[in-house]
Amino acid sequence: MATADGNSARPALARAFLADLESVGCEGTPGEPAALAALRRTALDHFAARGLPAPTEEAWRFTSVAPITAHAYARPQPGAATVGPERLARWTVPGAHVLVLIDGRPAPELSTLGGMPDGVRIMGLAEAWSRHPGAVMAYLGRHAATEHNAFAALNTAFLTDGAFVLIPRGVALDAPVQVLALATGGGDGAAAGPALPVAYPRTLVVLEEGAQATVVETFAPADGGAYLTCAVTEVIAENNATLDHYRLQQEAPAAFHMATFQLWQGRDSSVRSHNIALGAALARSEVNALLGGEGVSCTLNGLYLAGGRQHVDTQMRVEHAMPHGTSHELYKGILDGRARAVFNGRIFVHKAAQRTDAKQSNRNLLLSREALVNSNPQLEIFADDVRCTHGSTVGQLDAEAVFYLRSRGIAEDAARSLLVYAFAGDLLAGIRVAPVREALEEALIERLPRGEVVRQLA
Amino acid sequence: MLDIRNLHVSIEGSEILRGIDLRLDPGQVHAIMGPNGSGKSTLAQVLAGREGYDVTDGQVLFQGEDLLAMAPEVRARKGLFLAFQYPVEIPGVSNTYFLKAALNAIRKHRGQPELDAMDFLTLVRQKTRLVQLDEELLKRPVNEGFSGGEKKRNEIFQLAVLEPKLAVLDETDSGLDIDALRTVADGVNQLRAPDRSFLVITHYQRLLQYIVPDVVHVLVDGRIARSGGRELALELEERGYNWVEPQSAPSAAPARA
Repeated sequence: MATADGNSARPALARAFLADLESVGCEGTPGEPAALAALRRTALDHFAARGLPAPTEEAWRFTSVAPITAHAYARPQPGAATVGPERLARWTVPGAHVLVLIDGRPAPELSTLGGMPDGVRIMGLAEAWSRHPGAVMAYLGRHAATEHNAFAALNTAFLTDGAFVLIPRGVALDAPVQVLALATGGGDGAAAGPALPVAYPRTLVVLEEGAQATVVETFAPADGGAYLTCAVTEVIAENNATLDHYRLQQEAPAAFHMATFQLWQGRDSSVRSHNIALGAALARSEVNALLGGEGVSCTLNGLYLAGGRQHVDTQMRVEHAMPHGTSHELYKGILDGRARAVFNGRIFVHKAAQRTDAKQSNRNLLLSREALVNSNPQLEIFADDVRCTHGSTVGQLDAEAVFYLRSRGIAEDAARSLLVYAFAGDLLAGIRVAPVREALEEALIERLPRGEVVRQLA
Repeated sequence: MLDIRNLHVSIEGSEILRGIDLRLDPGQVHAIMGPNGSGKSTLAQVLAGREGYDVTDGQVLFQGEDLLAMAPEVRARKGLFLAFQYPVEIPGVSNTYFLKAALNAIRKHRGQPELDAMDFLTLVRQKTRLVQLDEELLKRPVNEGFSGGEKKRNEIFQLAVLEPKLAVLDETDSGLDIDALRTVADGVNQLRAPDRSFLVITHYQRLLQYIVPDVVHVLVDGRIARSGGRELALELEERGYNWVEPQSAPSAAPARA
């Protein structure tokens, strides 16, 4: 296996993907917008120039891609996974417009779409760019930069399809939209086996001026096994738009999940996003928000749960480019076993962004001695009239609280579970889609000893 | 009810309790007074089962059973209650839920069925009146944002709901104004019963004007220096703790009042 210990090794690492890359038609296919080929070509160039990230890069100091590059990768053939409706039931949000992606490709036969207001478009991305090229190409790839993000570059180089959600001007969509990205698994994740399946889900969500919607992205296994999901989601909230967004990473235990969430907000828009990471052996999400208009409100919350040898990494950059913007970020982590978490958060306030109100906090709960967190929230402020705070905490369960509960007759394991649940409670309470919130509460309870005691709490 | 025999307790190698003997019969109220650092709170914590204390000698029998061998939650289920000197704030856990979980754990141990939501609410309503606790507080997380007085009243409220056999009040009066002190004391007095005992730990004689003890013990330097009736408390108030010298021999078990 190659090791990532220097620049010279990077092209070797990239080889894990390159064999498959050769099959990509960077020159474009007939019927698609001409700009697509250029987008792919540029991304491929970016990837080829930098290769995969080396541990010498600041943003990758605590996350090694070595487990990923121990494998070669190939995109599964269409139809490689047979996913019946019964498999979907576990993941779908009741009452939602559900667009299913299998290995990044739309599966209309599994999707539940219909009864939408005029002008709302929820469809495959390739279908969208051939039918509505203007609407798609105005936004696609505009914000998710590929130059310094190897995995976003890979995703873009392989950009052949995905999901497209458009809420037109002034339309409020009541039912949530769910993009359910299922991935085919292969093997057990042991190195030196056959090439692992890789999926490149790509999602573009556009809320036009004054539009309102709830969007749930779910990443989950089609069957199980090991695989790589390399995802990019771009969200554009135009002026005065309102978005409630959920990102649920529930990949298979042996999976790798490398994702970029790119948010752009126009004037007076309001976005609340919750990023929940439960699955995968190695998961990283880059959350980038650009507050590009005045008076923007942006909430980016997250919860990660990791046990065993799971590794979960969050990289966040919130950029205040215009005045009177508010951004609040609260990320909480619960780590058990030998799990590791990385949180790198940065709030960047441009000189023009006066009256910015920014708050970033990362709180971690360690349930074992072997669990480890590297948390590093940072501020970079170039305006002089702002209110910005940041902080991070890493701690164990409060022994005083455990004793207090036990002194009232509550068993020790139940007391501990109760406190773990309570730690996550305020974040879960902020989830407004009831079935999503309830499913996550249940997923958390399932991981806790004596969960039945906690279940009554809800 | 409670029989403490020659109890020696150390924290990180330093001996805090140096041979406590104390016998508390059903229905009795004993007060333990003493200066700061005399070991009063250590005794309360050891009885409730807190970790970090080494019992180096002696034993404690609770209703004839070896108390020190039990986990804290088992002690609670068998009828021991500690009102904390500093009640703990628990963000994210509502008072109501917490109390219901506690009560049902105890009822289960007693072989009683769990209370349904209606019966529980009726019980809670009745008991909040006892200590004049605002019912709204119960919807909030345990002790979070409570005033000092509200926290102490919440302790006595829990006592009232859980109906223990033995209640240990650890400086429940500290930091209370006279009105709050009266309320708390009234609550305790209403809970006095022939089969329920109280061990009231306090720094101030004042509390004992409202909760009248059967026996007063003076704890000095990890030993019971003197035991007597309630008049001992008044004497202490007048003359201060320096007046009491530690007795060289382990103190005798006090006579029944």
